[in-house]
Amino acid sequence: MKDIKAKILSNEKTRYVYYKMVLDAPYIARSAKPGQFVEIKCSDSFEPLLRRPFSIHRVKGKGSRVKEIEILYEVVGKGTDVLSKKQKGESFDILGPLGNGFVLPRAHAPNLEPRAIIISGGIGAAPLVFLAEELTKKKIKTIVLIGAKTKKLILCEKDFKKFTSEVYVSTDDGTYGCKGFVSKLFHNILKTTESNFETVVYVCGPHGMLKCIAQICEERNFECQVSLEENMACGIGACLGCVVKTKTGNKLACKDGPVFDSKEIIW
Amino acid sequence: MTGLGVKIGKISLKNPVMAASGTFGYAKEFEKLVNLKHIGGIITKTITLNPRAGNPMPRICETAAGMLNAIGLQNEGFDNFIKEKLPYLSKIGTPVIVSISGNNIDEFFILAKRLDKIKSISGIELNISCPNIKCEGLVAHDAKETYEVVKAVRKITGKTIITKLSPNVTDIVKIAKAAENAGSDAVSLVNTFLGMAIDIETRKPKLGNITGGLSGPCIKPIALRMVYDVSRNIDIPVIGIGGIMSASDAVEFMIAGASTIQIGTANFIEPDVCGKIIKGIEEYLRKHKIENIEELIGSFNDKR
Repeated sequence: MKDIKAKILSNEKTRYVYYKMVLDAPYIARSAKPGQFVEIKCSDSFEPLLRRPFSIHRVKGKGSRVKEIEILYEVVGKGTDVLSKKQKGESFDILGPLGNGFVLPRAHAPNLEPRAIIISGGIGAAPLVFLAEELTKKKIKTIVLIGAKTKKLILCEKDFKKFTSEVYVSTDDGTYGCKGFVSKLFHNILKTTESNFETVVYVCGPHGMLKCIAQICEERNFECQVSLEENMACGIGACLGCVVKTKTGNKLACKDGPVFDSKEIIW
Repeated sequence: MTGLGVKIGKISLKNPVMAASGTFGYAKEFEKLVNLKHIGGIITKTITLNPRAGNPMPRICETAAGMLNAIGLQNEGFDNFIKEKLPYLSKIGTPVIVSISGNNIDEFFILAKRLDKIKSISGIELNISCPNIKCEGLVAHDAKETYEVVKAVRKITGKTIITKLSPNVTDIVKIAKAAENAGSDAVSLVNTFLGMAIDIETRKPKLGNITGGLSGPCIKPIALRMVYDVSRNIDIPVIGIGGIMSASDAVEFMIAGASTIQIGTANFIEPDVCGKIIKGIEEYLRKHKIENIEELIGSFNDKR
């Protein structure tokens, strides 16, 4: 983890309220793992005062030329609004990589191949594209389910398709893909795909969705890794602001997470 | 070479910049980002005799130029502190002051008695002013209770005692005097201001605890005024706390009468802010040809 000055290489609206920012941050790009995050000091003034946490969306470049990170974000408040107005060439302080990321699957049983199912809800797609890339690099069979309220909020479908042909979409209102929650799509996929795999589910999205997916995974005895989002100040485990209740006591989203084994969480 | 050294009770600090309780963990959290031994002093996250789970989420919320927190003194308790946190703190090479809190005088007494035996601990800060714990009136809201807690701790330890005061009182000078009379070596002020924030869409509080402590640059002018008032009325050192973000803020508190200062909320935003402020103070002293920082303390010019 380091606190570095990073220059903005680009900062553009991708669609609707979603923006993508590319930052020149070689140290972070080289040490980041999928699921980790950075804390960005959006402004030098006191508005906003605290840094804002963003998961690392992509790392760009190859080998020793890895030097850029991408942040995918939704404009929801003061911090992200300031961020969305930043211009190419400006720079700011960025602290990272922070937290513990996703754990890639290991096959336990000798005859079972690992299979990853990635489930993304809304802006929850942000850390999952990096994960899909790493999984497919390791030649792990990967299925991606993307859910959102409506068509225009579906994120990263093309990005995921670069890594796997098995990408499925659902919208709550049925304007695109299957109609209904992504948990319904998950049920359907499980019914229609082979089950002789050691399945690991990776999920990021709204709290209610995480809880629902975690429950399905528990019923099926799948390992399920959830990426949680909490208000946080420091990002390094000092302020104790981002507590997550777990079966083994209070844990911190910033330091112990943001990725947790869903069975650990008290939902 | 400019002299940055300051003394608080029996503690000699190499510079007046200290990390405030609750904003610096147990220092290890910052080891990769900060040269810890350069900091003047480190005040730990408050410990209590028994573990405390703290308050429900959400625990923090940003406000205009500030933040509210309602952590609720979450900590693993004394035994865990000694086993898990103290070994690291002892190796840093800068004075470590342990912040303690208790539900009653006995708990303060027991904690101080146990800490008194530990050589690597330089001092004790009495957190009698955390606004986020549920009890019948805070110690720091009452001069008599403040006196009694400090007196009890004074009896059991020769270590430097710093009493941390609450700004949520009618007359902070009166409480500071009570701490001084009971034998406190210094007072630190201010703890956070009790505040709240509401989500107008849901009409629910933005904090799980409803109310919380306000900190950050928005409280600085009030904290500064309190440091000014207290330092003119007591003879023990005052440690200034409240929204210090830069070296010029730190210098301002020292001119107002603070012997040292503590950095709180700024640690969350800029992990190495203490280092930056130490450098900035040195530059200020050089620029103003001040040889010894003690010349700065209380050098407020009241002629208009």
